[in-house]
Amino acid sequence: MRKIYLAKSFAGIAILLAAPLLVSAQQGEAHIGKLSGNAGAGKQLYYRYCWGCHGFRGDGNGENWLPTGSYASQPYLNIQPRNFVAATFKCRSTPTGTLPTDEDIYNSLGRGLTNSNMPSWITLTNQNRADLVAFIKTLSDRWKTDKAGAEINVPAEPAPTVQSIQHGKELFTKLECWKCHGPEGRGDGPSASTLTDSNDQPIRPYNFAGGSRFKCGTTNHDLYKIFMTGLDGTPMPSFADVIKPEDAWDIVHYLRTLQVSHKSPELALWEGTKEGAEIVKAQKVRGTPTGAGVNQ
Amino acid sequence: MPGKSKKVLLAVVVAISASMMTPARPSGGTVSGKITYEGTPAKQKPIDMSKEPTCAKQYTTPPTTETVVTGPNNALENVVVYISAGAPDEAAPSKAAVFTQKGCRYLPHVLAFQVNQELNVLNDDQTSHNIHPLAKINREWNKSQPPGSPPIVDKYDKAEMIPVKCNIHPWMHGTFAVLKNSHFAISGEDGSFTLPNLPPGKYTVTAFHESYGDQSQEVTISSSETKTVSFTFKAKPY
Repeated sequence: MRKIYLAKSFAGIAILLAAPLLVSAQQGEAHIGKLSGNAGAGKQLYYRYCWGCHGFRGDGNGENWLPTGSYASQPYLNIQPRNFVAATFKCRSTPTGTLPTDEDIYNSLGRGLTNSNMPSWITLTNQNRADLVAFIKTLSDRWKTDKAGAEINVPAEPAPTVQSIQHGKELFTKLECWKCHGPEGRGDGPSASTLTDSNDQPIRPYNFAGGSRFKCGTTNHDLYKIFMTGLDGTPMPSFADVIKPEDAWDIVHYLRTLQVSHKSPELALWEGTKEGAEIVKAQKVRGTPTGAGVNQ
Repeated sequence: MPGKSKKVLLAVVVAISASMMTPARPSGGTVSGKITYEGTPAKQKPIDMSKEPTCAKQYTTPPTTETVVTGPNNALENVVVYISAGAPDEAAPSKAAVFTQKGCRYLPHVLAFQVNQELNVLNDDQTSHNIHPLAKINREWNKSQPPGSPPIVDKYDKAEMIPVKCNIHPWMHGTFAVLKNSHFAISGEDGSFTLPNLPPGKYTVTAFHESYGDQSQEVTISSSETKTVSFTFKAKPY
């Protein structure tokens, strides 16, 4: 009789002890496909690899951003590391103003963010990155009150055609993408020099002529999501309410032709037309970075 | 006799309707006052809209920035005055708060509305704007609105003073004042404000200015009286 009583009270204590653990376990989880991330494991990784830039509290004020000592006023980084406490993320598959999915953060860790100091963390295992996602989500209270936004619908991509590229070109002008990105997509539009991010740090619009990778990926699918969701925390707005899905693919196809140094089916199609060939030729940077071979 | 009883009846009806009329009169107290500044406020500069001809042509003389708008006798305009404590939270009114982009400026420059009240953002211009409210307590979003687009409809579920900007036109700045109750006002050209219909009670009145921050004062309303509360902000010349 007494044994049963003891066993019962032990069970009661065990439940009481486990209750807060269960709650925190739910907050510190991440699910990416079959992977389940654990915040405890992610914490170890965070304080080994991430906190130098993202800070002890995850607020983006690591010592590489705010170095102490004689060079206190000169951060080593030119873009402030992501503030995980504010939980405003650039790369999302969810609408503007919503939290990203676990997979969005996971993909950013693996991919890195081009034109910033955030490297690709493919050296870590998939499990490591899933654990980090789980830990990052414990750094902001937003994950306790909000759920990730619903992923935007990306319809199947139609094959690029000259017509779709031309229509995309018209929309690029009509929607005034050029105000920031410039008429040739070089990131030199009339508003470009005035842009600041949400922390009042100067920020440059993407230069399409300069590379093959975008801030949030490399594929046409990624490009579609970039302008439909917007890059939160930056001047890049969401166009989800103003662009129809079929028009969005036309813009994707046109934007590819602005990447004049990156081979793509869209660029090949465009260069096959008289209009496109002339535009691409004019946009290609001639010569080498040292200046040799530049026609004087 | 019948005539007399008619008169009595009439008198009773008049008396009853008179007594019913009384509560319709605003029974609460009022807080009113004036917002002023001391010192030298930053000189507002003419906005160069030459990069946006469709907006520039709407003005004969270029409009000036609106970070500090003043009136005669040191009056300070665009100050949000609200009851920050003492009044219960209220449900949002059904009428939407409207924020219009016209001539590459925000009308009004400061828009006050309630938590969960519908917000409509309109673009009256022939150019694209992006509406970027830099919320910190609420969620930050950023949406493009080309000419002829339908209104952007949204609401905020937490009280916050939210700076609003358009990244395409860097001179465009405004404020969303999201408040918990309907007791708010924005100071006019003469710096005056009125908060009517306050039931008896002890209140904290807060005045918020986008460049000068906020100030608070306590006030007690005991009946249908009018209390004067005034605020003076220290102006900075830069």
